[in-house]
Amino acid sequence: MTEKRGFTVALAGNPNSGKTSMFNALTGARQHVGNYPGVTVEKKWGQVRHGQQTIEVVDLPGTYSLTAYSLEEVVARNFIIQQRPDVIIDVVDAANLERNLYLAVQFMELGAPLVIALNMIDVAEARGLQIDVAKLSQLLGVPVVPTVARGGKGMKELLDAAAQVAAERKEWKPLELSYGHDVDQALAKLVENFSGQSLAWGPLSPRWVGVKLLEGDEEVIRQVGGDPGLADKLEPLRQKLADHIAKTADDDPAGVISDGRYGYIGGVYRQAVRETRARRLELSDKIDKVLTNRLIGPLFLLAVLYGVYEFVFWASEAPVAWLEGLIGWLGGAAEATLPDGFVRSLVVSGVIDGVGGVLGFVPLIMFMFLAIAFMEDTGYLARVAFLVDRVLRGFGLHGNSVMAMIVSGGISGGCAVPGVMATRTLKDPKARLATILTVPMMNCGAKLPVYALLISAFFAAHQAQMMFALTLVSWSIALLAARLLRWTVLRGEAAPFVMELPPYRLPTWRGLAIHTWERTWQYIKKAGTVILGISIVMWAMMSFPGLPEEQAAQWEQKVAAAASDEAKATVEQDMAQAQLAHSLAGRIGQGLDGLMSPLGFDWRTNVALVGGFAAKEVVVATLGTAYSMGEVDPEETEGLAQRLAREPGWGPLKAMALMIFVMIYAPCFVTVAVIKKEAGSWKWALFSVAYTTALAYVLALAVYRGGMALGLG
Amino acid sequence: MNAVESLRRLKVGDVAVIVKVAAGGELGRHIRDMGLAPGVEVMVMGRAPLNDPVELKVKGYCLALRNNEADHIMVRLEGRP
Repeated sequence: MTEKRGFTVALAGNPNSGKTSMFNALTGARQHVGNYPGVTVEKKWGQVRHGQQTIEVVDLPGTYSLTAYSLEEVVARNFIIQQRPDVIIDVVDAANLERNLYLAVQFMELGAPLVIALNMIDVAEARGLQIDVAKLSQLLGVPVVPTVARGGKGMKELLDAAAQVAAERKEWKPLELSYGHDVDQALAKLVENFSGQSLAWGPLSPRWVGVKLLEGDEEVIRQVGGDPGLADKLEPLRQKLADHIAKTADDDPAGVISDGRYGYIGGVYRQAVRETRARRLELSDKIDKVLTNRLIGPLFLLAVLYGVYEFVFWASEAPVAWLEGLIGWLGGAAEATLPDGFVRSLVVSGVIDGVGGVLGFVPLIMFMFLAIAFMEDTGYLARVAFLVDRVLRGFGLHGNSVMAMIVSGGISGGCAVPGVMATRTLKDPKARLATILTVPMMNCGAKLPVYALLISAFFAAHQAQMMFALTLVSWSIALLAARLLRWTVLRGEAAPFVMELPPYRLPTWRGLAIHTWERTWQYIKKAGTVILGISIVMWAMMSFPGLPEEQAAQWEQKVAAAASDEAKATVEQDMAQAQLAHSLAGRIGQGLDGLMSPLGFDWRTNVALVGGFAAKEVVVATLGTAYSMGEVDPEETEGLAQRLAREPGWGPLKAMALMIFVMIYAPCFVTVAVIKKEAGSWKWALFSVAYTTALAYVLALAVYRGGMALGLG
Repeated sequence: MNAVESLRRLKVGDVAVIVKVAAGGELGRHIRDMGLAPGVEVMVMGRAPLNDPVELKVKGYCLALRNNEADHIMVRLEGRP
């Protein structure tokens, strides 16, 4: 009867084993992304039709092992123990069999029903590895199916094997390995005191629990601790046995147990695999000889970053212009069809301008993510982490932090939302927090219009140099801020770096598309929801309360009395400005005057900066309104730039102070929400707003006052 | 028979066999999870610009670790190019 019911498959495997390709090949586009309950580990699931059955496939996080070492491993293990999937498919890299089997053996020790997908079998054969699949399957006692997930080969056979295991195996059968005399004896003693008792966690073999206790697995020790009688009995025994093993073997029990697993794997490997060719340098190693070379490596890295920059701006130019045209046309259409009044003002100034300003960046951001996905999928990003680790460690970060920094705008035009999410690859909680708290200082796509406006107004002769300088400034400040955080609120030892450098591979279009789209979609969601709400709120704050009756009437008369169209436009602009000064936003801006005037900012700039708390895209639009330009399109800053250049009190120095302030102060609302999610508490989210704003104030003050002292004002 | 020394002392191109992983806790577990166990052959592929981290070839794949992590891994030199 199981034929009709379908079953659940958990997809496990090492990182870089082709697990993601396998998941995509199995589920196609029918996949869902979410999080495992209560943790920031991504969960993907999807369905696949197989004959009469619908199979539910859950993608477990990629792990090397099944200890309580990392969040991903705990999540994967808990899913298997608590959800009891009908089958686990372990995706194993055939060319790297010994290390990959380490995870498979741990599933076997647990006793869960397992099928091994011997993936990338073509690569293994090309390297001269002859794997006797039948022999391997017989030795391990587990079905083994050769596959090439990228080409979709072997999928049917794999599902056949999984269906058979799901139909036949109802019992978990733990593999009992020998870990050497000392450990085996200790296990026997532990199990004596434990047999017949099960944990609240689910029925598990006493021997497995014993192994985990000797390994010092914190999670299992806590589970056992939930039963006080049991814990009191087992804990002293565990300590005694562990100490005894440590003394006799001159090694900690976890080490001895791990060696036992590798011993078993080595035996299986020697019988099932023939290496027909001597050790030689693979193509990937030859590429590495060049790309991680001491001299060429860093130069090539800079060239790649520059290339990405060029590519993104070149590729996105046309679609950005096209989108802006569309948004402009929408604004015009709304302008033409809606009657004059608040509704029209809301739709045009609030909704279309606000959201349109953000959506206009989508192509830029999408190509940025495409470039980063390309670097990730080829395996180059791991080399970047390798190259820069020593430098980043000096600032209390980790080689892997570089990824988040680049996504957030280390190459101008990223976005901190996916950037903060990209810190999930960091295992070290403190380095991760330090990265999360500093990446919003990078020059994301939303800050670019602000820079573009001020540079074209005050540094028109050196546009490219100024952009490059701002990039360097943001990197320096972010790194120094990270160092400061790691010396103060985030003190602690650095976590291990030990990291695989996967072989170079040509990415698949499908993989790139999925990767790019996931991140772009996060950005679009931000534009469609948060920014929309904020735009409306900002619009309301700038529109209400309106001018008192008699003042409004006076303005109307002036407009009516204007001699020419030109004079009329001028009067209308003056009226808009008076109206803004009277509004809630205007009053807040004026109220901040005392605080902000030392930076050289006037009340109009303050209004723009208040709006910028929500999203930095708002700054330019608000400046436009505040300087009574009427509708200012963030792209057509020409008029506003000229206006600012003429404005008394504005100059290159003030522009510089403002750019620094915008670069550093508060992450936008969406980023703050993501920080809350990723850091796990509002405490860090609020801290990120407070400390960056304070830092921005100090730095902008230093720039402005320092410049004044040097006579640059 | 060569003397046992720490992995940090190896030069680029050296081939050595791991004798002991002298690290406990999280680091020890992580090193072992990545396949660095006694009896395993490693080859030093290269070093990052500032000599740190170091890239190794282990069981046919590439692994990077920092020098202060390599300190915990004792090896016996097998061959020098």
